Amino acid sequence: VCIHRLRSCSSIRFIKSKYVCVFDKSALKFSHQQRLFRTSAVSCGQIVQFKLSDIGEGITEVTVKEWYIKEGDSVSQFDSICEVQSDKASVTITSRYDGIIRKLHYNLDEIAYVGKPLVDIEIDASKGVAPEEDVVETPPMSHEEHTHQEIKGHKTLATPAVRRLAMENNIKLSEVVGTGKDNRILKEDILNYLAKQTGAILPPSPKAEIVPPLPKSETVPAAPKDKARKIPVPVSRPIAFSGKDKTEPITGFHKAMVKTMSAALKIPHFGYCDEIDLTQLVQLREELKPLAQTRGVNLSFMPFFIKAASLGLLQYPILNASLDESCQNVTYKASHNIGVAMDTEQGLIVPNVKNVQVCSVFEIASELNRLQSLGSAGQLGTNDLTGGTFTLSNIGTIGGTYAKPVILPPEVAIGALGKIQVLPRFNRKGEVFKAQIMNVSWSADHRIIDGATMARFSNLWKSYLENPASMLLDLK
Amino acid sequence: MVLQSSLKNCLQLSCILRTPKAGFRSTTSGSLIIQSISNDVYQNLAVEDWIHDHMNLENRQVLYLWRNSPAVVIGRHQNPWQECNLRLMRQKNIKLARRRSGGGTVYHDLGNINLTFFTTRKKYERMENLKLVVKALKALRPQLDVHVTDRYDILLDRQYKISGTAAKLGRTTAYHHCTLLCNADKFVLSSVLKSPYKGLKSNATPSVPASVKNLFEEDPSLTCTMLLDAIAEEYATQHQIDHHITLINPADETVLPGINNKTKELQTWEWVYGKTPKFSVSTCFNMVHKDSVLDVKVDMDVKHGRIEVCNIDLPEQWLPPALCSELVKSLTGSKFCPNETTTLATTLLRVCPQDDELHSRWNLLCENMIMLM
Repeated sequence: VCIHRLRSCSSIRFIKSKYVCVFDKSALKFSHQQRLFRTSAVSCGQIVQFKLSDIGEGITEVTVKEWYIKEGDSVSQFDSICEVQSDKASVTITSRYDGIIRKLHYNLDEIAYVGKPLVDIEIDASKGVAPEEDVVETPPMSHEEHTHQEIKGHKTLATPAVRRLAMENNIKLSEVVGTGKDNRILKEDILNYLAKQTGAILPPSPKAEIVPPLPKSETVPAAPKDKARKIPVPVSRPIAFSGKDKTEPITGFHKAMVKTMSAALKIPHFGYCDEIDLTQLVQLREELKPLAQTRGVNLSFMPFFIKAASLGLLQYPILNASLDESCQNVTYKASHNIGVAMDTEQGLIVPNVKNVQVCSVFEIASELNRLQSLGSAGQLGTNDLTGGTFTLSNIGTIGGTYAKPVILPPEVAIGALGKIQVLPRFNRKGEVFKAQIMNVSWSADHRIIDGATMARFSNLWKSYLENPASMLLDLK
Repeated sequence: MVLQSSLKNCLQLSCILRTPKAGFRSTTSGSLIIQSISNDVYQNLAVEDWIHDHMNLENRQVLYLWRNSPAVVIGRHQNPWQECNLRLMRQKNIKLARRRSGGGTVYHDLGNINLTFFTTRKKYERMENLKLVVKALKALRPQLDVHVTDRYDILLDRQYKISGTAAKLGRTTAYHHCTLLCNADKFVLSSVLKSPYKGLKSNATPSVPASVKNLFEEDPSLTCTMLLDAIAEEYATQHQIDHHITLINPADETVLPGINNKTKELQTWEWVYGKTPKFSVSTCFNMVHKDSVLDVKVDMDVKHGRIEVCNIDLPEQWLPPALCSELVKSLTGSKFCPNETTTLATTLLRVCPQDDELHSRWNLLCENMIMLM
């Protein structure tokens, strides 16, 4: 019964009846068995055995290295099917047909033979478009095999798949601008034409052939662009948005961050913000920058912020502490290992400068340089990334003023530094002057740190930075 | 001078792209010789991709000449962990690139020249190309004993490999490229092309190691420029065109629209590492901690460059089992990459009990794991 159906289908088609002859009996039997397995799903589609075409140089066998499709996928003509390798040559095999992949004849790393079936593709015969002849030894298609459409005396080049798309959407090929080779009309051109009519936003096609702008001095024969520049008749169509949601598993580093942040939010945070006048510090840095440069170090503001924080922590050591899991004991950490949040390709990493309490501003700057270059090369070691006791996040380099930073366990405090802005402020005489203002936002663990402590620490830190000379008094 | 000629030739290139069949009146209806002004391996590989995808080679062929600053280039289906010393490369800032053609791993530096022969798929013929190169070398220095083997290598003095070949065939176009050692750093070459990673099992294409020699060692008067010139001359003769080399800038979007996207794609982790065929790592290492030596056995399956399955066999109770399983769970699905593992491991440490001894053991284990990548 099934074979009979197959034959009647083929008689309906009006192109290339010799197509049926190409099938040998075994192929017919094969597709017969396929149909028995299949349920009602697809209508009368032809299974075509797409054979591996000649690679050249007399090569007869190749190894299948990668499949780009799997059984059940639909493919268009020229879509990549697989990558095979033979003797140092990597070959991309593209589909000759539109259809659905029904069978892959080889697994990965198996040897495939030239002239033998590679995949079975089910061609949707009901649409009335016949696939090309099942050729074996000739190389991939040249221009002549593409169907031409003669409209108004102009030949329009388009593949059968594109013609069908145009037909389905009631588009006249003569009205479409072709951007392919020899002004061939591509699928993208049809989609763009449709988009212009409906105002729809269509996702960009990765396979579009790109044509460069014409150089001014050359007179290349005029492309038939002109004839297609008619104003298209607006057709009312529903707006088509073919973007799809994309779901990915959370892996690796992000999985670890989920754990850390979930733990962080168990800490009751309180925030405290303030504004710092960095006018004097800006001047100081300008003076010291060239000196540091002669010693091979790039001096930013961070070393000052870090050192001032350490001086503050000497007065308020509770901010450099750690609370144990059961909240029974507080450990006051002796070392001030101040972490600096860095934004990398992976996401947030926080390398820390060890023992800031015994480092000079210059030493801190030098260490920061080292951490920054390792960070951008993706080569930070475990030692640099662990052992932090207090963190500063310079989000201002990206932008923003106030923030609500999240404490990184096992620490108990964190500061986020906004960007430095030039703002008008009043001085003691009541005059307006240009001030370099930066905002700081602290978050602290309210279980062991109270608002007053945080405020006093912040004021001390602020006073060191607003009047850098005062740091000299307390430097060890 | 260079600017003028490159402007003129940029125009030529754009014309070549839009070649309608009838009425093209440019003088360069024949083949073309182009040379990249860049030494960036990704940019130069992107040019190959671009020509392969966009140029119409029905009526012309192209010879593309390029050189790279230090880089290791692996074949399409190879495993970088099997082929080269990634650790050493990271230290020395030597880039890793994966090309789209097949074949084995090579080391490039400015003492090596690369030649790519573009043709239609019908006219793909590697032997012819290599014979052209040999002919050019012999024309330049008749006393050179160079010949092509049936493995598409070029040997010097019947012994030393001076050129390796690879190819890529697409639907309508094909290219065959090969290297040529003029004056490369053989010491760096041999050290980076030796993989320190043990216990790897995979079906990736293995490289066939060979003794190499620089042409410079045979004849110290030879330079890369001379070789490039000689080969261009021979190509021009055989294709009946002017001996004229068009310079191209692989960052120029106006001449090569879309090139920067191609360059970016070649640099993504997904392409360079993620395209590695599935492989497994089965190894063990010793850790020295305080006064004891511990044996650790690790088994991992890596697919698309990510750890699919991970198993770490530690002496019992050396680390709390909950912590161990946490590490294994986090590693599963993450990239087989030292940087990713470092950040993952150090981040996880934040939610562990704050115990110095525990931390030092954890760090020790993680550092050893990172050494495998």
